[in-house]
Amino acid sequence: MESTDKKIKIKVDKLRKCFGDLEVLKDISTEITEGEVVVILGPSGSGKSTFLRCLNRLEDATAGTIIVDDIDITAKKVNMNKVRENIGMVFQHFNLFNNMNVLDNLMLAPLELKKADKKEARARAEEMLKRVDLLEKADSYPSQLSGGQKQRVAIARALCMKPDIMLFDEPTSALDPEMVGEVLAVMKQLAADGMTMVIVTHEIGFAREVADRVIFMDGGYIVEEGTPQEVILNPKEPRTISFLNKVL
Amino acid sequence: MVKIITVYGNMLLTAMGRTLLLAFLGLFFACILGMIFGLLSVLKNKACNIISNIFVFVIRGVPMIVLAFFIYFGIPYLINNILGFGGGFTLSALQAGTVCLALNCGAYMAEIIRAGIQSVDIGQMEAGRSLGLPYWKTMRKIILPQAIRTMIPSIINQFIITVKDTSILSVIGFPELVLAAKQVQANTFKAFETWAIVGIMYLIVITILSYLAKLVERRMNRGINR
Repeated sequence: MESTDKKIKIKVDKLRKCFGDLEVLKDISTEITEGEVVVILGPSGSGKSTFLRCLNRLEDATAGTIIVDDIDITAKKVNMNKVRENIGMVFQHFNLFNNMNVLDNLMLAPLELKKADKKEARARAEEMLKRVDLLEKADSYPSQLSGGQKQRVAIARALCMKPDIMLFDEPTSALDPEMVGEVLAVMKQLAADGMTMVIVTHEIGFAREVADRVIFMDGGYIVEEGTPQEVILNPKEPRTISFLNKVL
Repeated sequence: MVKIITVYGNMLLTAMGRTLLLAFLGLFFACILGMIFGLLSVLKNKACNIISNIFVFVIRGVPMIVLAFFIYFGIPYLINNILGFGGGFTLSALQAGTVCLALNCGAYMAEIIRAGIQSVDIGQMEAGRSLGLPYWKTMRKIILPQAIRTMIPSIINQFIITVKDTSILSVIGFPELVLAAKQVQANTFKAFETWAIVGIMYLIVITILSYLAKLVERRMNRGINR
């Protein structure tokens, strides 16, 4: 974390998460500042997806606090829907609404949540589709798109809500290799535009290139964190070293 | 055969009309009950799940003829004699029949609706919620439209079963097709012809219903290829 005058967007303090008897997150504390791009690496089962899903409370924290834009989202009474409007999420399996065409996928939330009237929502949706280079697919249904196209639409859908944080949960893991690049390109552009991003991925090359900070997780803990230079090129912890040896 | 049709045709058609009326009323309330209990069973709330489970468990575990007798005779007896509200309360055969069909079909509909909702990928709900959409809005705009498409064949099947199940309600004296046919048989002694005609009448009605259902199904699937 470089400059201290940047606003803290997400502050996680002693986060624990259990599924029944299984303790997936044991003690996670970290801060994410405005405009920062954080990539979370780690072996499967290390808790990285669960951690990400706690950040918009798709999973309820068992203990600890998570503060997003000064709002404690682990509090009982918080209006989570309001908070989520500001946090876009992109899923491994895209999760486009299968019963709607691309344009309606993008316009649904802005319209339902009265963020925009029909004209504005449409203009915004078309602008976002242009941004991911898929304007010509506006009338297609999700089933008519390739994986890479679906994921780009999913990113555009999240952007239509004008979020200032974006969470990516293994966005390229379900894609054919030749489609990974187009999705990463969109994400790179987003990072360059100053979006605060938290990305769970196995794309080490992308992490090196785009991340401001890399967090390596294992067994429910943050094992090591720092710049890509530090964590990926010069890892100190034995677990980080052995993981990177396996994936590189 | 011809004589039965010319003499008793009108009577049988009227009875068929009553069969359809009863089926329609039963199905209408069954859809409401099925929706309520189906949704209760998918909510993340133990009490709601249990209520729905008990409803389905009881109704599915009791033969419809027992349910019919229980509602038609048992409920008025409970109100008048056991609870002591005097002798005034009665249910007409149509009322009791409607309740009976609605409960019976409703329990199966609840199961169909539960299964339909659960067949929609959980990611659809998560995607809706992650955009800030509330639970019920996501349910209504995203989950249910997809769930209904998968439910339709089962719902049609259940509708057809319910139309035929109205015949059971002849036992509480509702003058539907089977009860009318019994009279025709008693008057004419022509068992073969009478029941053949009645069978064909049911077949025709079910055929028409199936055809209409197919149209609806095709309409709902329009534009979506999966």
